[in-house]
Amino acid sequence: MKGRRRGKVVSYNKWGYIFLIPFVAVYLVFQLVPLVSTVYNSFFENYRSGLTQVGPNFVGLENYRTILENQDIWIYAKNTLIMWLMGFIPQILVSLLLGAWFSNPSLRLKGQRFFKTVIYLPNLIMASAFAMLFFTLFSDGGPINSILMQIGILDSPYRFLSNVWSTRALVAFMNFIMWFGNTTILLMAGMMGIDTSLFEAASVDGATSTQVFFKITLPLLRPILIYVVITSLIGGLQMFDVPQVLTNGTGEPMRSSMTLIMYLNKHLFSKNYGIGGALSVFLFIITGVLSLIVYKFSNERNR
Amino acid sequence: MKKKVLSALLATAMITTMLAGCGSEPAASESQTSSEAPVSESSSSEPSSEAADTESAEAADEGKILNIYCWNEEFKTRLTDHYPGYTEVDGTTGTIGDVTVKWNITPSDDNAYQNNLDATLLGQADAAADDKIDIFLIEADYALKYVDTEYTMPIADLGITDADLANQYQYTKDIVTDSNGVLKGLSWQGCPGVMVYSRDVATEVFGTDDPAVIQEKVADWDTFKATAAELAAAGYHMTSSVNDTYRVYSNNVSTKWVVDGKIVIDDNLMKWVQDSKEMVDAGETTTYELWSDDWSKGFYPEGKVFSYFGPAWFVDFSMAADAEGSIANLGKWAATEGPQGFFWGGTWICAATGTDNATLVKDIMLQLTTNEEIMTGIVEADNDFVNNKPAMEAMAADPDYQSAVLGGQNPLPMYCAGAEKIDLSNLSAYDQGCNEEFQSAMKNYFDGNATLDEALDLFYTAVEEKYPELTH
Repeated sequence: MKGRRRGKVVSYNKWGYIFLIPFVAVYLVFQLVPLVSTVYNSFFENYRSGLTQVGPNFVGLENYRTILENQDIWIYAKNTLIMWLMGFIPQILVSLLLGAWFSNPSLRLKGQRFFKTVIYLPNLIMASAFAMLFFTLFSDGGPINSILMQIGILDSPYRFLSNVWSTRALVAFMNFIMWFGNTTILLMAGMMGIDTSLFEAASVDGATSTQVFFKITLPLLRPILIYVVITSLIGGLQMFDVPQVLTNGTGEPMRSSMTLIMYLNKHLFSKNYGIGGALSVFLFIITGVLSLIVYKFSNERNR
Repeated sequence: MKKKVLSALLATAMITTMLAGCGSEPAASESQTSSEAPVSESSSSEPSSEAADTESAEAADEGKILNIYCWNEEFKTRLTDHYPGYTEVDGTTGTIGDVTVKWNITPSDDNAYQNNLDATLLGQADAAADDKIDIFLIEADYALKYVDTEYTMPIADLGITDADLANQYQYTKDIVTDSNGVLKGLSWQGCPGVMVYSRDVATEVFGTDDPAVIQEKVADWDTFKATAAELAAAGYHMTSSVNDTYRVYSNNVSTKWVVDGKIVIDDNLMKWVQDSKEMVDAGETTTYELWSDDWSKGFYPEGKVFSYFGPAWFVDFSMAADAEGSIANLGKWAATEGPQGFFWGGTWICAATGTDNATLVKDIMLQLTTNEEIMTGIVEADNDFVNNKPAMEAMAADPDYQSAVLGGQNPLPMYCAGAEKIDLSNLSAYDQGCNEEFQSAMKNYFDGNATLDEALDLFYTAVEEKYPELTH
């Protein structure tokens, strides 16, 4: 019994490491290796034209130059952020409101479980199926147009998917519908974790519920809020399936609803791993920088 | 306890499938190479198919598995119904004599068919004999992508001579002739197109539905546009969408899409852009996508569409002839030649280099694309327009042949004349990508979301993304 001779303290540290092995292994195989190989690929000219394979030839930073020179990446980054913000702002507001209502014991809302389930349901639908549904609903001769025409709001069909802002709004709206339930549940969990004695003290001091929300709930909710913003930002930057299916991969009109990942996908038609890799590296950097900004910004005010 | 057992089972199942997924490929190819030896030894088992009988001695030492790559059931149905000796086993397999036919059907949506085919063809040289593709099918839009490579076998190498193919329409051979003039595929179909128009609308607006009179009203693009204005005044769209006429313009170009690595937009396509823009602005047509719900509303009288452009398969199968109240169901369409000749669709059979079933491949090609008896059978059973001049001309002259959709008109003389006229000397391997992106980019111009120059820039950008080696 070696362990006993060393002392009575049994070390459980090794179990920590043993239990971490599956995660580390999965991370290495499915995350780190692809990450490194993406960076590696970005230095090569490597694509296929028809059945002819071109490359891989080492070209250094040529791919990065190509991307930066034609400026398109910024347009698509802008599109992505616009559509993300259009969906995220209503999403966080509605979620905060619903979270506050659901977690407020004095309201005693009935059927909470039911509503929590219902608001989460849209997230269970496949994004592509959801986009397909919207595509049909909002097509030029679709049901939405016929309803609007029948009740006399419109004279002729409004071409939702042929106008820049209506297309973006549809994408944003779909993302909002799909994700506000998820956010609500996260925020609610955060709100229920706040010590109830603080609320009681506030109400004893005569604070209104608005004051309670802004002076107590929000500041204490910050860690969860940061988490929600960062995960949603990362998810937003990777926005793909909804606009891809809704616009049939074209990002029409005039690519105003084309996101960064849709742009990346365009390069995969020719199996262009070089440009695709370089684009992914840019995406990685953009995501990293934005996340850092959000993180820094929220941390500084904390001090 | 039960739960534990169950979860353990599930976990093992999951892990084994994961591991199996990683490891199966080399194992499978090994087992197949090793199983080959006994097969080739047993030359006593001859293919029992009547058609292959004459070749049996030769065919006996060929592979026992015929791999066919295609994107829908059409070719399978043709083979099942018309190829002598084909027996269906189940949805993805069949037999011809003692050869097993394996169907690999991948839909063409999102380029999935070509992606799959490309990957398999690129690995063709290293694949085990029974895994090699023997036959694959292609469409005209991307024919040259495959035909102009070594992955497709010259027809002559299979032992098929020019004399065998004398009855085929020249354009069906032009499409699958590579840049060195070598023929590399065969088709059993011809797809010359016509303009179909609504008899009711013609009678209402022009006072007659006689094809000869209507043809004068659409004889060239200027009269076509003038007629469109007349129809618009009466509340009808000339065509359902600008994309209806696209093929008619794009089949009559005088340059290829790509010349020396540069993208070239043909004058006739710019004419399509101009004409279409004028027509959209005047409310004479729309910018709907082909096959969209909005586009196909014109199959019914309420859709208020005067005409569509299409070949035999489109008229017979795609215009909702089965649906009550559709114009096709009532037999109220009529056909005329339209402003310019064009074709749409068609499937070509190609033999993959490295096939171990050359004799059988040859026989399938010959039976389906040159055997007049079988081809007449296809016309009768499936209403295809087959790739056989004498057979089609005989039917064109037959006064009993009538098309119900076209209200009793016999469109075959028009198709026959059209098939002879199609000129496809200006195809390139980039046609599919260029045509798709051109229509999609120009939609922005038609809809007023971009100027012509912006739309053209978008087109160039999109094509250069698809084909990085091109410039403009």
